[in-house]
Amino acid sequence: MMAASKKMLDREPSEIEMLLPFHAAGTLSARDARRVDDTLASDPELARQYAVIREEYAETISLNESLGAPSTRAMAKLFAAIDAEPARKPSRSVSLSARVSEFFARLSPRTLAWSASLGAIALLLQAGVIGAVLMKNQTASFQTASLSLNESSAPITRDLGSSAAPPRALVRFAPEARVADITALLDNYQASIVDGAKGGMFRLQFGSKAMSKDEVASLLKRLQGEKIIGLAVATP
Amino acid sequence: MQVLYGRHHVRVFRFGLRLVRDEQVAEDLISEVFLDVWRQAGKFEGRSAVTTWLLAITRFKALSALRRRRDVGLDDETANAIEDTSDDPEVVVQKKDTGEALRKCLTALSPEHREIVDLVYYHEKSVEEVAEIVGIPENTVKTRLFYARKKLAELLKAAGIERGWP
Repeated sequence: MMAASKKMLDREPSEIEMLLPFHAAGTLSARDARRVDDTLASDPELARQYAVIREEYAETISLNESLGAPSTRAMAKLFAAIDAEPARKPSRSVSLSARVSEFFARLSPRTLAWSASLGAIALLLQAGVIGAVLMKNQTASFQTASLSLNESSAPITRDLGSSAAPPRALVRFAPEARVADITALLDNYQASIVDGAKGGMFRLQFGSKAMSKDEVASLLKRLQGEKIIGLAVATP
Repeated sequence: MQVLYGRHHVRVFRFGLRLVRDEQVAEDLISEVFLDVWRQAGKFEGRSAVTTWLLAITRFKALSALRRRRDVGLDDETANAIEDTSDDPEVVVQKKDTGEALRKCLTALSPEHREIVDLVYYHEKSVEEVAEIVGIPENTVKTRLFYARKKLAELLKAAGIERGWP
């Protein structure tokens, strides 16, 4: 037994044998991985060695993970040193495509495989959500093709699902309003911007149902009380 | 730089620590590595992964740090003695924890063998990437890893552990 083991240790390893650790770590090319898989399937001795390698692989990860992380001292030292560096102009030589390929290059094959799977799931979910929203929000409406009015360029639509349109208002946002604030306000009021910034005013539509006069007046009052709103007036 | 540091500093630290075996030195090392990256960012051409570039710099800095330490009279043997406070492999085997014995033997490998095992198993580097980091031919990467594993098997056998290979 001892002699047999010694003989195995003394002999030159085969090409496939030397690839086994890389196969365990998932870093072989598809072609090499297939070669190794085929050999493993037909060589029990090599399969036994592969099991031992998987154990080494797991324990090496465990050992490294047990090493912990550096203290914040290292980061503080680094950024103090960077602050002390002379100012540099940012490099413009790195193209967008180079940055993209660099990003993907730094991912390990395993990470890439996981990312691709997650991406596919995310796409399916997104498609489902979009489909559901479209089905839910679809109202039976039509637009006349022949009628044209000079006083308004707005399309004439007739909503078959409800008798009156949801309220609209012309709104001017305060100059200091940030995009995040405006988005939050739109969310809070279930509002959407239906017309662009003409003279600094936006036409907003609130919800999807009609409101009574009192409700509209209350809505406008609330709106005018918002910090980021400069002006809000009802509009058809 | 903060994003790059946040993403990679732990792995760089662990790779450095396995080489220099001293937390303080390893922490100093990562500051130096990322400062070098900051200074040389324009030279990075994207031909290799960022981690490969970082680990190559770390390895170079770690070897320099080890040389400096030897110059001031602290050799590898002393460094090992400082870090090695837990049970030796034989005692661990008596406690019937093969995994721990394996980790102990991984720590007992030479720096040359340690780094190749870590690069392949923990840092998930391919043959080509290890060759680039360590600066050796690809065939040498494969044979060096084989002999590192062989040494590991010998250490385990000496500790009384039979794993069915070799």
